[in-house]
Amino acid sequence: MKCGIVVFPGSNCDHDCYHILNKVLGQETHWLWHKDDVDLSSFDLVVLPGGFSYGDYLRAGAISRFSPIINSVILFAEKGGKVLGICNGFQILLESGLLPGALIQNHTRKFICKNIFIRVETINTPFTQECKDQSVLQIPIAHHQGSYYIDPNSLKDMEERGQILFRYCDAKGKVTAESNPNGSVSSVAGLCNEKKNVMGMMPHPERCADPLLGNIDGQNIFQSLLSQS
Amino acid sequence: MHNEPEISSQLVKDHGLTSDEYKRILDLIGRSPNFTELGIFSVMWSEHCSYKSSRPFLKKLPTEGPRVLQGPGENAGVIDIGDGFAVVFKIESHNHPSFIEPHQGAATGVGGIMRDIFTMGARPIALMDSLRFGELDDSRTRFLLNGVVDGISNYGNCTGVPTVGGEVYFDSCYNGNILVNAFCLGLAKSDGIFLAKAGGAGNLILYVGSKTGRDGIHGASLLASSEFDETTEDKRPTVQVGDPFTEKLLIEACLEIMEFDWVVGVQDMGAAGLTSSSFEMAHRSKAGVRMDLSKVPLREKGMTPYEILLSESQERMLFVIKPGHEEKAISILEKWGLDAAVIGEVIEEPEVHINFESKEVVNLPTFPVVDGALDLKRDTRPPDYLDQIGQLNLIELPEPKRGDKAFIKLLACPNIASKEWVYEQYDHMVRLNTLVLPGSDAAVLRIKDTKKAVAISVDCNSRFCYLDPYEGAAIAVAEGCRNVVCSGATPIGLTNCLNFGNPEKPEIMWQFEQAVQGIGDACRYFDIPVVSGNVSLYNETKGQAIFPTPTVAVVGLIEDQTKTMTQGFKKSGHCIGLIGFTMEELGGSEYLKVLFDKNEGKPPVLDRKQEKHVQKFCLELTHKELIQSAHDCSEGGLVIAVAESCFSSPEETLGATIEFESTLRGDALMFSESQSRIVISFPEELKNQIEKLALSYSMDFSVIGKTGGSQFTVNINGQEYIKQDIETIKEIWKTSLGRYVGQTT
Repeated sequence: MKCGIVVFPGSNCDHDCYHILNKVLGQETHWLWHKDDVDLSSFDLVVLPGGFSYGDYLRAGAISRFSPIINSVILFAEKGGKVLGICNGFQILLESGLLPGALIQNHTRKFICKNIFIRVETINTPFTQECKDQSVLQIPIAHHQGSYYIDPNSLKDMEERGQILFRYCDAKGKVTAESNPNGSVSSVAGLCNEKKNVMGMMPHPERCADPLLGNIDGQNIFQSLLSQS
Repeated sequence: MHNEPEISSQLVKDHGLTSDEYKRILDLIGRSPNFTELGIFSVMWSEHCSYKSSRPFLKKLPTEGPRVLQGPGENAGVIDIGDGFAVVFKIESHNHPSFIEPHQGAATGVGGIMRDIFTMGARPIALMDSLRFGELDDSRTRFLLNGVVDGISNYGNCTGVPTVGGEVYFDSCYNGNILVNAFCLGLAKSDGIFLAKAGGAGNLILYVGSKTGRDGIHGASLLASSEFDETTEDKRPTVQVGDPFTEKLLIEACLEIMEFDWVVGVQDMGAAGLTSSSFEMAHRSKAGVRMDLSKVPLREKGMTPYEILLSESQERMLFVIKPGHEEKAISILEKWGLDAAVIGEVIEEPEVHINFESKEVVNLPTFPVVDGALDLKRDTRPPDYLDQIGQLNLIELPEPKRGDKAFIKLLACPNIASKEWVYEQYDHMVRLNTLVLPGSDAAVLRIKDTKKAVAISVDCNSRFCYLDPYEGAAIAVAEGCRNVVCSGATPIGLTNCLNFGNPEKPEIMWQFEQAVQGIGDACRYFDIPVVSGNVSLYNETKGQAIFPTPTVAVVGLIEDQTKTMTQGFKKSGHCIGLIGFTMEELGGSEYLKVLFDKNEGKPPVLDRKQEKHVQKFCLELTHKELIQSAHDCSEGGLVIAVAESCFSSPEETLGATIEFESTLRGDALMFSESQSRIVISFPEELKNQIEKLALSYSMDFSVIGKTGGSQFTVNINGQEYIKQDIETIKEIWKTSLGRYVGQTT
């Protein structure tokens, strides 16, 4: 699988994504510079990594969406290319209009970094097909603006179309108010577009994919992508 | 020329210089300084920059060792860890700014220490903080705690350097003067270290990073080098404002430029800004510099040379590069969206000539400015309070029949309760190196592309240091080493941040002298070099000094990262063992403070030989894979250490049952803070092997109980002393700090 990782000024999980895709999973991985508007058609996967692109100034992702590379990513997505946005990458995908809804400040009004649990809501997507349906993944979050919002009607439509991929839950897979760390509507932790080739999630799968760190639940997501190439 | 004030004795005094010092300036340069030059002397001769009170004592610290690549005197210390890599680390204070403006004060403290690290060519891979606040019942303390944690979180998280641990303490002695000590560790190729040197004549001076503004002027001289009083709030403009986004770009751009061999030297513009960086780099190379301030990128119009030279605007660096490579350097910086400009060159004469709008505004020899401040021979005298509090008579302390009440009170007290509320606001996982997450004895980071890992612990029990600064400081070193040993590491180096009151008072200087000796003697005994450090004096408000707080950060090396040890019990039915022995040492203990509101007596005795022995034994147990957990006994004593091992179990919370046969008082047995003790756990079948090894070490070792069950039970001489539901007490320990912070009255 040929992977590209976009580097925005302020991206800081770019090296982590590279480490997992290249060093741990052995995939061909390239850097993509935010100032370049390039043809991405030779890539199998483009990752928008976490971090604080443009310092999260104005609003997380609001400035990055104007980067030249975003034009390339939109074109790539329109042609069916697979795009994964993690944390800040998810925020950028929302700001670019590739995914619906918005991310607002956590209801705790604080940055939260800890291990939480998410439940796999559908395995009928290229990002989750190697997961077990309704299985529980332990995975870290690290964000300040991770509370997902979308209006109730659109949420209903997305649910019906199978666009909700992950929900925050407890260790046993129960979705409760206590297990929702940031106040996201309907505990949504990750979702995809209608065509199911663009996915965004707040938790960090790359932080739980290196065996040395113990937990490798995040590999389920990368393996799902790998199994198609 | 601008309308500069006339030099008067009042102006000299306002610049924090004594009349003797001013006379010395006149002698050294043979004329009166102009206003800008006076400003330069003011910052460079300040306590903060010149170390004039502390330097004579610091010279006695051991700074050498086979792994030391760079000791004190540079931006940070460097230790070789083998496989072609070196770790670069330092701890530094940002106390006064954080008290006046907690968010920016703490944030810029983090930014400053990070620049000290990547200035040397190392990528910052870990941050830690030692934070000390007043009593949480005071709403100002909660405001400061929130602001400081928010500032660290905001700055550290944005730069993508994980904050992997640290310590947070509360004591009324910090009500009027909090401590924010920031530590950073970076990783570099051992042959790729950069020093803050200017090299030979003709080299170019390249200004890099943020534009210069009017913020932070006299931060080092007037804010950091004097006590707090009623006018403290007026000093807020001396606090700098940080921009972590620019810092992140600066890290990437600098590390990219430092790949080239035409980079001669680098120094960040920290305290005293452009002045200290230019003078110090020139001085280290016995050279001089010629600069044109008109070329400095400025944030606003109308800035005077005085302001440009003394500004402490953040996220700025000074590079010295070989001529002919400026275009390449500037193109890399522009790629990262950073300002850069060649503002001068290195000259042969050891002089600094600074022009502004075609006029020479500074013409000074480098030596008097950098090294001219006379070391002060401050008087020392033991403080009177020692006579009043030196004795603790245990007979006068009522002894409880059962320990439950005290146990729960201690678990809930903010010094012992989980610091989860703090560290969950820090990104402690980014860069995928954090093998041991916060909340353990030491943070552990793997070194990618090697089998190795480094462990870091930041420690100081300032109550002990108040009762006996020598012993207290030695204990800080011992505990730091013990903590990294518990994680499976061998201590290899140390950095310290010495926080004390007003050095003009002989009692404070005595505390300082004692503490430095304590650190020095302990480091010599344990064979740990001190490779960097920082001194913060004048930590007092209206004459009330903080407890002496010599914070140490110990760095340890783990050769095989798969043999990293953690403090949590792993399985039900494992044996719990205690290495070391307990004495009736309640002096300066958390128990004494929380239950009786006293801080008196003598701190626990540190038997260095025993300490070394305990550490060696524990490391051998880990290396031979005989144990499943190891945890140091510190604040709250043995029973709190066992409880913490229960709470930190990775999968489920394990209960424990402990049995003692002892003639000690029950409360002393439980809560004494005797040194050189480690709680371990292991499968029953390894018991004989461990006991045999203990015997060969002549080590005090006893099996004290078993893990498992839903209760936490302690029996002393067959009598139940503590019995609590483990989930209930874990909840108290976990949530107590957050509840304190959240209180609204």
